[in-house]
Amino acid sequence: MTFNAPSGPFQALAPVTLSITPGKFVSLIGPSGCGKSTLFNIIAGLLQPTGGKVFIDGADATGTIGRVGYMLQKDLLLPWRTVLDNVILGMEIQGVRLREARERAHPLIRRYGLGGFEHHYPAALSGGMRQRAALLRTLLFDTDVILLDEPFGALDAQTKLYMQEWLLGLWADFGKTVVFVTHDVEEAIYLSDEMHVMATRPGRVVETIAVPISRPRRRHATLNPDFIAIKERCLELLAIDHNASLGEAA
Amino acid sequence: MLPGVTLPQIPALHSNLDVTPQRSALSSSSLRSFRRLPVQEDWPFWVILAVQASILIGAVAFWQVAADRGWIDGFFWSKPSAIYATMIKFFTEGDAWTDIGFTFRSTIFGFVLGTTLGSMLGLSFWWSRNYAAIVQPYMICFESLPKLALAPLVILVFGMGLASKVAIATALTLVVSTLTAYAGVKALDPDGEKLFYSLGATRWQVFRKLVVPSCLPWIISVLRVNIGLALTGAVVGEFIASQHGLGRAILYAGETYDIALVWVAVLVLSIVSIIMYAGVSWLERLLRKGIRQ
Repeated sequence: MTFNAPSGPFQALAPVTLSITPGKFVSLIGPSGCGKSTLFNIIAGLLQPTGGKVFIDGADATGTIGRVGYMLQKDLLLPWRTVLDNVILGMEIQGVRLREARERAHPLIRRYGLGGFEHHYPAALSGGMRQRAALLRTLLFDTDVILLDEPFGALDAQTKLYMQEWLLGLWADFGKTVVFVTHDVEEAIYLSDEMHVMATRPGRVVETIAVPISRPRRRHATLNPDFIAIKERCLELLAIDHNASLGEAA
Repeated sequence: MLPGVTLPQIPALHSNLDVTPQRSALSSSSLRSFRRLPVQEDWPFWVILAVQASILIGAVAFWQVAADRGWIDGFFWSKPSAIYATMIKFFTEGDAWTDIGFTFRSTIFGFVLGTTLGSMLGLSFWWSRNYAAIVQPYMICFESLPKLALAPLVILVFGMGLASKVAIATALTLVVSTLTAYAGVKALDPDGEKLFYSLGATRWQVFRKLVVPSCLPWIISVLRVNIGLALTGAVVGEFIASQHGLGRAILYAGETYDIALVWVAVLVLSIVSIIMYAGVSWLERLLRKGIRQ
């Protein structure tokens, strides 16, 4: 993927090949500017890659929108809509009748910790609740693959831990394929089946690491020797300057 | 460091900022007098109202006395008693209600037409950046054009009746609405559009469900400005050529040296203006409640 920056063409992503097994929880980690978001935009069809293709279920999905659920870093809840009407946005756009969409969303809102807030406006919610509403919106937009771009990046540490458990519960219930971007190594290991470590300039995947820790995981899994070994490896990979000759990455 | 520049005396500076209770600092502070925080006391509402009323009554009374005693020329300045008598005559024998109705109608039509068309035009720029880039210089030209200076031309084209006043009022409000709605479009968060497109939205869906609701607060914010502009446009139109309207009444009274009637018409015009402003403020509150909670 090459952008035409004002200063000339800028290669954001080197050729990247990722194949993701259905139903898995996969994380992408890497320093800022390693093209994680660019990759997501390409998968979601919001950017036309300068080369390469996206296949979903074996079909060419390059440049087609609405094929995957995509949650951006910001919750992007519409302030003029209630929580319920925000959550059904995806279905509404797909042409599901409003009443039916609301009926489908209601039990989920209750089950996933937003009960009693259906008719509140986003301004009345805490950061964690807003993020949950945004995630439900992504889930209810019924696709097999879900892209989560640092969904918990802006939350405080305590809420973040709570939201990770919440997300794992949700993932176990829905059985979707999740691709998760984060800066937080521990978060990535704790949540995923497989991790792809990326490097910058140009963005590329340098190593794929499987996480063989059994599920359901408990918090103390983070103290497990396997966990610590993976964490060490990741930190090592992230600390290496993969472009020593190019100087320090910005 | 330049030669000749001495370093600030860091130790001295530090001891000034130091707040640890040193004996010497404490004893010197007890000698200094400290200022109190200025506190403003709020008067009760009725006191404010009473003062306001007495200022008004005092001013009117002074005007009356000054005109009666000959301190000011009663012919040029008129006086409250004469104005009151003319007011009664204007409403009972004159065509007060026709004039009020005429001015009111042209203002409201111009306001509605200008605000609606202008907002639609501004929002339409969202659809194509190329189209927006092409139209923008024309918009800026039209904005900087003194539209009131074109009023005589408008009267020639649209005639002496209501249409020409509506046209001037529309021209004044249209530009403001267009530019504001366009500013709203430019302030859109691109991530919002990304979200909609990731959900497979069509452009029309993005426009209807994201662009219009996001820009509504911008559009609403100019309503109050526009009602004032529309009234100005209508009155100027009446000044130039008209058979009815408060603007025409003012002009006619001035030309016939009926100063009391000028005052009456201006007074009525201000009341009409205040009523319309209050109406629009109410509408604005209603709309804001409609889009937020």
